[in-house]
Amino acid sequence: MGGRILGVVLAVIAAFAVGGIALQRDEPINALWIVTAAVCIYLLGYRFYAAWIMAKVLSADPTRATPAERLNNGRDFVPTHRWVVFGHHFAAIAGPGPLVGPTLAAQFGYLPGTLWILVGSVLGGCVQDMVILFLSTRRNGRSLGQMARDELGPYGGFAALIGTLMIMIILIAVLGLVVVNAMKHSPWATSTIAMTIPIAVFIGFYLRRLRPGRVLEASILGVALLVMSVWLGGVIDHSPTLRAFFDHPGAPLALAVIAYGWFAAILPVWMLLAPRDYLSTFLKLGVVALLAIAIVIMHPTLKMPAITQFIDGTGPIFSGKLFPFVFITIACGAISGFHALVSSGTTPKLITNETDARLAGYGSMALESFVAIMAMIAATLLDPGVYFAINTGTGVVGAAAAEAVATISSWGFPVTVEQMQELAREMGESTLFARTGGAPSLAVGMASIFSSSFGSSLTSVWYHFAIMFEAVFILTTVDAGTRVGRFMVQDMLGQVWKPMANTSSYPATLIASTLIVAGWGYFLYIGVIDPNGGINILWPLFGIANQMLACIALSVATGIIVKKGKIRYALVTGAPLAWLAFVTTVAAFQKVFSSDPKLGFFAAANSLAEKLAAGTLPEAQAAVAPQLIFNQQLDGWLTVFFTLVLWFIIGDMLRVAYRRITGLPLPASSEAPYEPTRLNGITGETQHA
Amino acid sequence: MKKVVKTVWECVRTVTGDNAYDRYLQHHAQNHRGTPPLSRREFYAQYTDQKWSGINRCC
Repeated sequence: MGGRILGVVLAVIAAFAVGGIALQRDEPINALWIVTAAVCIYLLGYRFYAAWIMAKVLSADPTRATPAERLNNGRDFVPTHRWVVFGHHFAAIAGPGPLVGPTLAAQFGYLPGTLWILVGSVLGGCVQDMVILFLSTRRNGRSLGQMARDELGPYGGFAALIGTLMIMIILIAVLGLVVVNAMKHSPWATSTIAMTIPIAVFIGFYLRRLRPGRVLEASILGVALLVMSVWLGGVIDHSPTLRAFFDHPGAPLALAVIAYGWFAAILPVWMLLAPRDYLSTFLKLGVVALLAIAIVIMHPTLKMPAITQFIDGTGPIFSGKLFPFVFITIACGAISGFHALVSSGTTPKLITNETDARLAGYGSMALESFVAIMAMIAATLLDPGVYFAINTGTGVVGAAAAEAVATISSWGFPVTVEQMQELAREMGESTLFARTGGAPSLAVGMASIFSSSFGSSLTSVWYHFAIMFEAVFILTTVDAGTRVGRFMVQDMLGQVWKPMANTSSYPATLIASTLIVAGWGYFLYIGVIDPNGGINILWPLFGIANQMLACIALSVATGIIVKKGKIRYALVTGAPLAWLAFVTTVAAFQKVFSSDPKLGFFAAANSLAEKLAAGTLPEAQAAVAPQLIFNQQLDGWLTVFFTLVLWFIIGDMLRVAYRRITGLPLPASSEAPYEPTRLNGITGETQHA
Repeated sequence: MKKVVKTVWECVRTVTGDNAYDRYLQHHAQNHRGTPPLSRREFYAQYTDQKWSGINRCC
């Protein structure tokens, strides 16, 4: 009864907040409306939809023993309190993705992205994460690839493996590009980010030698050092001799990130990856909480219109119409296929009771989606003119400041050179023009939120704190992703030549690490030398890859639901699957076949080739044109490949569903047999079982 | 109140892995009586390697 009343109250508040957003069109809207609507919608989805899926679709059984109980070994399989599992899982899925995507999608105005983040997460992303977590828990914590192989067939499993490796490469490249663009000609950002490396190594030694395993004290010490490094970066920036050491263009910074990634992949994890991850997790949770508090204190008015003219596909930050590209640009935060890999990894081995999958799976994703909402607020509270000046590449608006502000103002978003200079001075940067990638504009937004809530004298420190936070975050993903990619490459090469699979062999490690770093390093480097900013190309490719992975996960889930004889509930995962497959295919089709060089990969390659042949390109651009042409063609073929993998998996799922409906033989379910729990059914009271 | 603070603190320690060794010792004492447990340093080394052998971080 109490639950119903709560539900009605939440629904009324949500309706009121959404109504507020709808009615205040054409006049500025306060961010609190969006925050309120979001929180109520998440709670409603969690309270009703997630509970219904758990009970009816998945038939979660609280009396069934989970692998954590049955296989408890005190290490990876450990029954854990559900709030602790929630914390673990949120820390694992929350990355820089939900910060970057909404920032870029803000070019369409605040409304389209916000609606997709809310609807996509409640009906798609949260459902995917929860269902995969549940299914993996029923299968002793098997990975997505293994589940695809067991439940659909060997081809589905192989497609999942290849898809995962490809998305990893694109993901690391695009995130590396975001960091490089944030460090470009910024001695403060570059020196601070450089200092995070020795700090992480020091914490690594601390945890390994000085005080083994004292994670909390080491993390607090490390975060204190990171904050000091932000201050020290400011000191370096103010010294004319020191700042010269850290003032670099994009290309050498990209090479530095590539070299860093290679070392991080071959060094032992305790030295760099593990301590960096502790620091980034601390920062992440702290900043998310701080940002939520600051948004409520500041309750800023959004200056971006609800919808801009760029929904017609002429957007300067990335090309393509609102449909389908808002659904590709915002992957993490609405639905992210990558989460299915995490949901079928460590987390299922910690679940004490299978009903806990609702909090860990659905709940964590709802919180991640809320992070995306906050990123959207931070991007849209800026003056739209400023937002476009920061995020638009020089290839679109020109390299000269006067030229850029004239172009942007002509779109109806007035901005002046003085305004940009004043803002850059306030943030402690030499310029904020064409700082593409989303990180600088997010940092400007965060700095304005923090400084207006907690003290305005420190805006430049807040800005560089935000940059450091994003960079630490991203470099952790670069480290972890390169390492996972290395294992996958070794696994694949090991099938051809056994010794390559040995993860403790030094030559095998070197070869596999070099291959994976070369893979993402290539895309990163091309992204840096591209005058249109690179993000324009790489982010849609990443979005398509991530949505393809989500389609694989949802296909596995739908296949299993049908095999269990619950065909009438197949739309729970089948509907988001159909939507994503549709959206991703339309986007991929446009990226491949569009004759507009701003949109289509092959059209861009042809147009550039024609200009090169005609000799109309400036000398600097002509020098890199052959690489850019090759890269556009490669990206086009990759998109074709992703689409083929996507439809192949869907076909495999439909084949399984058809055989189930017509009663043909199928591979048996790989679910572990029922065993009753001996934990009294009291979840969370059994941490030390 | 004191109990709530203690529970939250234990939760924080568990999420971060701060008390992983204490929990291992408890598990060891219950299930593997008679064999010597790993030292704190050995345990932490194995724990870290295992934690980073799969996909546990996302975008």
